[in-house]
Amino acid sequence: MVRKEIKTCSLEYMQVLTQDGQVDHDLYPKELNEDKVKEMYHLMVLLRTMDEKLFNLQRTGKIGTYAQAKGQEASQIGSGMALKEEDWIIPSFREMGVFIARGADRKKLVQSWNGDTRAYADMTKAHALPTAIPIASQCLHATGIAWASKLKKEKSASIVYFGDGATSEGDFHEALNFAAQFQLPVVFFCQNNGWAISTPTSGEMNSETVAQKAFAYDMNAIKVDGNDVLAVYKATSEALTRAREGQGPTLIEAETFRMGDHTTSDDSSKYRSDELKAQWAKKDPIERLQNYFKAIGTWSEDYKTWVEETVAKEVEEAVEGGLSVEAPTYKQMFEDVFEGEMPWMLKEQQAELEAELQEIEQRSQATGGGNK
Amino acid sequence: MVKMHMVAALNSALRHTMSQDDKVVILGEDVGVDGGVFRVTEGLQEEFGKERVVDTPLAEAGIVGSSIGLAINGMRPVCEMQFSGFSYQALHHVIQHMSRFRQRSNSTASLPMVLRAPCAGGIRALEHHSESPESYYIHAQGIKVVMPSGPKDAKGLLIAAIKDNNPVVFLEPKSIYRSFKEEVPEEAYEIELGKANVVQEGSDVTIVTWGAMTRATKKAVEELGDVSCEIIDLRTLWPFDIDTIVKSVEKTKRAVVVQEATRACSLSSEIVAQIQERCVLKLEAPVKRVTAFDLPFPQFALEKYFLPNTTRIKTKIKEVVDF
Repeated sequence: MVRKEIKTCSLEYMQVLTQDGQVDHDLYPKELNEDKVKEMYHLMVLLRTMDEKLFNLQRTGKIGTYAQAKGQEASQIGSGMALKEEDWIIPSFREMGVFIARGADRKKLVQSWNGDTRAYADMTKAHALPTAIPIASQCLHATGIAWASKLKKEKSASIVYFGDGATSEGDFHEALNFAAQFQLPVVFFCQNNGWAISTPTSGEMNSETVAQKAFAYDMNAIKVDGNDVLAVYKATSEALTRAREGQGPTLIEAETFRMGDHTTSDDSSKYRSDELKAQWAKKDPIERLQNYFKAIGTWSEDYKTWVEETVAKEVEEAVEGGLSVEAPTYKQMFEDVFEGEMPWMLKEQQAELEAELQEIEQRSQATGGGNK
Repeated sequence: MVKMHMVAALNSALRHTMSQDDKVVILGEDVGVDGGVFRVTEGLQEEFGKERVVDTPLAEAGIVGSSIGLAINGMRPVCEMQFSGFSYQALHHVIQHMSRFRQRSNSTASLPMVLRAPCAGGIRALEHHSESPESYYIHAQGIKVVMPSGPKDAKGLLIAAIKDNNPVVFLEPKSIYRSFKEEVPEEAYEIELGKANVVQEGSDVTIVTWGAMTRATKKAVEELGDVSCEIIDLRTLWPFDIDTIVKSVEKTKRAVVVQEATRACSLSSEIVAQIQERCVLKLEAPVKRVTAFDLPFPQFALEKYFLPNTTRIKTKIKEVVDF
């Protein structure tokens, strides 16, 4: 008879850059240089500025419901910049920064928040899927996409984004199990922003970390400071490299904080305190990079102003371009369903709508423009 | 031509498509070594390897969700649900993604995938093994739904489904898996999706049916003897072939819809509504339906009372003809 320990699990945590800007030179990613880190800073400021702009546009009724990324800039830009062109991005709905880091057309990003699926066409062709709103469901699509890459013997990895709340869903666990079972080239990137709408992470799980859930599947895992863009970049790069080289999937937990509400339909003051927000404001990812540049002596007010002015122009261009697109026609919703010939019922129903619109138009002309 | 039952015909269809296109992969529970619990995939793993015929973990959402990803990235997955009664664990992927991914991506990505599932009752199976779920899949929108009525159709329809660039739910009535054989061509052939089959021409009444009920309807019509019945087997349930139905009803002026599924909000509801909208002035009798009762599928001791049978089909045909 025997009773003994048969398995132990241990989890790494990584922080490369402290909040006051001190860098761990051993951990500093070798492939980075100052220009690259400056680019990260630029894109993080761009994300925050565009995020605030879109929030305001929703408030003035110019776009639909918007999910802010504020506070998560390091997680999104850091992981996004680790991607190669042939890698697949499988987002949930709060990952604008990943798309920005990937170099997606920012006008299309604005258009996508205006309920217009035409924005997703080019992104999908460029291996970046449209928003997936049902929580955690996209994890399995990532597993499947990575599976296809493996079957086709392509050296591309997939990265899927989700939040802490998603780890309570069955789809998350099924995706991890499949990915580990078939050793698929996929990176599961959890932005643990502390909150699933009003439910804190402690209300989602008894587990101390999200990352440890990978142990159940014998999968690589790491927890990183999600407000440290260098740590996020490093962990993601390593995981993607392993994936591309056939060494299987990884679960990354990036610990961060959603500084805004869940979406523009939410009011987070109902469920979390100002003190908590103030605590996290002290860990601001953008300020951390500023502190880093100050510490290494490359920061200047001129640079700060240059970034702000450049970003203001970039955001203006994205918003103007994204909102000036002509509205889609009704035909699109019928045409985009089935490939090949449109089924008879859709043809008939499209004709019904067309007749209705013509009638409205004729009535409008008869009454001199009023739709009475 | 070889005489074979439906399981062998489906197996033959899978073998043809896998030989012709290396993007076709099969995944499901027990589909590899075991060849599927009904043996539809028997021998395929031996022939095409473990990479293309995959025994997956026991997780329906995992199977369907992964298949969606495989299809997005250029493969043509054919996934098997062990029983349609278990496919509900994956229904969220069908409704939220499989049905609308093409629309969401502005026609950039179609999903060329087939979800196969044994369906329907009549084999005294355990609970959750006997439902006819076609309406759930039709209601999801954006999906083609197919149900064969015998071996020859099964082979041609499955090949067409796998070659189709749209997602297809392919429902296989278990009761006719091995209950009869037909002459089936050995070579690959396609039966066009969206086209019904006029199984038997007639002039007194049109009977619209599909799946295992096609055979039950033929038997009932034979037993009736003196009524000239036109039997239409839909083959594709969505989008179904309205032209063939209307043409027939305009000729016979009477119609009965026979389905194994429950009645309310079912495909028969839609067919009756369409006949009414298009043929009301031609009709000489109300359009009637033979269906299962609007109940949860009972455990099998009561199955014989629940399922439509030839007696009920004959009764409804007589009611409509004698109206």
